[in-house]
Amino acid sequence: MPRWFYQLASPRWCYQITGRLLPGFSIVALLLLLGGTVWALAFAPADYQQGNSFRIIYLHVPSAILAQSCYMLMAVAGAIGLIWKMKVADMVAKSCAPIGATMAVLALLTGAIWGKPTWGSWWVWDARLTSMLILFFLYLGVMALNSAIESESTAAQASAVLALVGLVNIPIIKYSVEWWNTLHQPATFKLTEKPAMPAEMWLPLLVMVIGFYCFFAVSLMMRLRNEILRRERRSGWVRDLLLSK
Amino acid sequence: MNPKRRQRLFIVLFIVVGVGIAVGLTLFALNQNINLFYSPTQIAQGEAPEGRRIRAGGMVVDGSVIRSQESLEVSFEITDYENTVRVEYAGILPDLFREGQGIVAQGELDSRGVLKAVEVLAKHDENYMPPEVAEALEKAGKMPRPAGQEFNK
Repeated sequence: MPRWFYQLASPRWCYQITGRLLPGFSIVALLLLLGGTVWALAFAPADYQQGNSFRIIYLHVPSAILAQSCYMLMAVAGAIGLIWKMKVADMVAKSCAPIGATMAVLALLTGAIWGKPTWGSWWVWDARLTSMLILFFLYLGVMALNSAIESESTAAQASAVLALVGLVNIPIIKYSVEWWNTLHQPATFKLTEKPAMPAEMWLPLLVMVIGFYCFFAVSLMMRLRNEILRRERRSGWVRDLLLSK
Repeated sequence: MNPKRRQRLFIVLFIVVGVGIAVGLTLFALNQNINLFYSPTQIAQGEAPEGRRIRAGGMVVDGSVIRSQESLEVSFEITDYENTVRVEYAGILPDLFREGQGIVAQGELDSRGVLKAVEVLAKHDENYMPPEVAEALEKAGKMPRPAGQEFNK
């Protein structure tokens, strides 16, 4: 194992490195989200069928991608916490859950708002929408377990197992539109093919997706730092840090 | 890696793989029930129950739309390019409804094999483009059309 992996295990080192990374990520996230939003809403062309209502894609797609990425990070961090008994990994997993749940809600809400004018219905029980709703419930389950169990380490173990069990849902969300007949359209972007959208439409989307990832990094680091301070409140370095201010 | 960690690693892998296989088999067994709609081919083969509320999905056939002059009644055919099913509906159609558009209709099959729809939803495909591009493609006859495959899984 490389040295940085073991350094990550130190809450103090983690607190310091995230403190140094935070300003950079915040500025990049702010610039990308502001620039991307203006580009997407004002300069990207309208769609030939949906007109301007398609622009909700610039919120819907990034939030849906983030909801799934965040879940994978939560499950991997949970697994590392289970296997290596690494406290920082447990804290990362715990910090991921509320952010992911918010992203899932955002994806479901923007989808419903888009669905009404385009499909003619707010909600349909098709495979994609249902599996995304299950993802949201999984996040709620992880959050509930974390707060219901008194002991920090038991709570982390229980929620990590739930996160790992729910991991099976991620490929189901991804491939639901290919395996079954759904109302939700298949993916516009595939790794192997050209996107089914011209560059002047997908470039702002790419900016928004990267912006969302940066924003996710910022909020995750902020939550993680709070969690580190809370759990390490009895250790010497946290006391020194608080007294020095 | 010490034996304790290796053992825990195996437990984690066992959970992920085990749940994956269990859910995979369940979904495989429930395959037909997860589909939101039946394709015209499935209806033609008699897979869809008669007299029960079902959904049918397909492309609206060009030139098949018949609108009533004095009411909201409309009748059209949907296809997956292998079979077609006639749909009858009375109500407001979604904005995206047009010939060549994918739709999903909910209703009951009657004895003639016509779907009496109570709800028609538009199915948007994955193609997005500005109006000028769409116009140019339409003129050149190169407009992308969803394959019939999309309605028959």
